[in-house]
Amino acid sequence: MKTGKTNVVSKYNRWGYIFLIPFFVVFLIFQLIPLVNTIYNSFFENYMSGLRRVGPNFVGFQNYSALFKGGDLLQYFGNTMIMWIMGFVPQILLALLLGAWFANPSLRLKGQRFFKTVIYLPNLIMASAFAMLFFTLFADGGPINNMLIQAGMIAQPIKFMSNVWTVRSLVAFMNFLIWFGNTTILLLAGMLGIPADLYEAAEVDGASPTTIFFKITLPLLKPIFIYVIITSLIGGLQMFDVPQILTNGSGDPMRSSMTLIMYLNKHLYSKNYGMAGALSVLLLIITGILSLIVFKFTAKKEAK
Amino acid sequence: MGEHSLNKKQGITSLRIKRILITIVLILISIMCLFWFVLLFVNTTRSNGELGRGFTLIPSTHLITNIKNLYEGTIPILNGMFNSFVVAGLSALLCVYFSTMTAYAVQMYTFKGKKAIITFILAIMMIPTQVTALGFINLVSALGLENNFIPLIIPSIAAPVTFFYMKQYMASNLPPSLIEAARIDGAGELKTFNLIALPLMKPAIAVQAIFTFVASWNNYFVPSLILHDDTKKTLPVLIAQLRSADWLKFDMGQVYAMISFSIFPVIIVYLILSKNIVGGTTAGGVKE
Repeated sequence: MKTGKTNVVSKYNRWGYIFLIPFFVVFLIFQLIPLVNTIYNSFFENYMSGLRRVGPNFVGFQNYSALFKGGDLLQYFGNTMIMWIMGFVPQILLALLLGAWFANPSLRLKGQRFFKTVIYLPNLIMASAFAMLFFTLFADGGPINNMLIQAGMIAQPIKFMSNVWTVRSLVAFMNFLIWFGNTTILLLAGMLGIPADLYEAAEVDGASPTTIFFKITLPLLKPIFIYVIITSLIGGLQMFDVPQILTNGSGDPMRSSMTLIMYLNKHLYSKNYGMAGALSVLLLIITGILSLIVFKFTAKKEAK
Repeated sequence: MGEHSLNKKQGITSLRIKRILITIVLILISIMCLFWFVLLFVNTTRSNGELGRGFTLIPSTHLITNIKNLYEGTIPILNGMFNSFVVAGLSALLCVYFSTMTAYAVQMYTFKGKKAIITFILAIMMIPTQVTALGFINLVSALGLENNFIPLIIPSIAAPVTFFYMKQYMASNLPPSLIEAARIDGAGELKTFNLIALPLMKPAIAVQAIFTFVASWNNYFVPSLILHDDTKKTLPVLIAQLRSADWLKFDMGQVYAMISFSIFPVIIVYLILSKNIVGGTTAGGVKE
């Protein structure tokens, strides 16, 4: 009898494997093979010289050392980080503030749903179209300059697209606008998860709202905080659509807004596969390390 | 009147002032979010001449003309919208169906190596698409699939994030007893999945279908690498093409109309379904 039952169960359980097949076949073909191929290519000299293809010849780690030579890589890494920080700092501060307001029951804010809907909206916008929109709005003769001149705030149009810091600010501002609503919703969920009796006990002890925020809310939010920071950093390293469309792929002025992925994209377009491979592997390693940090912290949270 | 109730009254007044101040700040933030799209809409209704004349937030009357000009112009906008709809629609469909199936496999069955498989999917979740792009385009050209939608649609079958969302939802909303009952009734496993499990997963499927659709609709990096024919391009690739063209020669009314076509469909869908979407972010995002 008993063996009969296990047989029936294992007959069902075979379907566990069958249902996994589509996922793993597609993963194997469209992710694993490309990944292996990318790593493989990073060890070969393989590029176009005019119309002639050079390579592929095995060159070991030469692509990697070429990547670090000349300082381009460091500069693009710096650009990416600067623009990420410029967008992320205001984003996390505003998200904390909004989260604290939405989570505070004694405020009984009206229209919360409306405000959440509005601040989340930019997250769904096509980033490339958004960048194109900003490019036309902030053009030398565009509506923003017209508005500022009509308001008498400036006499001459501001050349937004030819100044290092205005271009970087525009990229950072767009990233800020796209992501702060999402961050608010995440932090809010974390804040609502903090037990209400903790707040009540602190209030009974006479703690001010500021003390409560810094001594209770912030420490308890730490896991979600780290999750938000690291995932945003991983996303920041992948920054592409906005600066690519805004500067038409040039990263101008003087390649000061050229990001790592824009650099990768350039190599892919010019079919410089060796360098593209090395850069991809480098990005994979950085992302891997950052992801491990996320997993470590989220695993800790589960254990508690 | 005691001192106590006076204090309380003051407290209520100061709370009311605080509430008003916060609401004002929230309204200002909302304006910061919406201003660009209002300006986009207004500019889409203005002719090229009017646009050159200065800034205004009052809509004009050239909306239809701009759309007509764009449609008759050199950018294959209708093709682009159709391509985007096909790619995003099929991606969303395949993604939710197979992610639910993968989640069902690890949630409803016990088999060897299940834990390792879950950990494995978690580990591959963070691999950015850009990192495998080189190998991906090599594969696509080796298979002769350039200018084809297949490499943009099929990969969505293996979507770790959607898988985890579905698994989470299934754990709390799909009791295994129900599946066992179906088995006793003699339904096959695939039939049980399609007819019992899928309908019960509808709310989660709807949320993830929207997210996948929007992500695919907005996707620029990969399509720009494999779609080269004008008639095959999706909207983001056409936007990039518009950007790299000598845009000063363009009728700006058409440029704004083009951007509108890329942005407003998503906004409209979002406003209709916003309740599910804003809630859906956190359900999938933070847990685990």
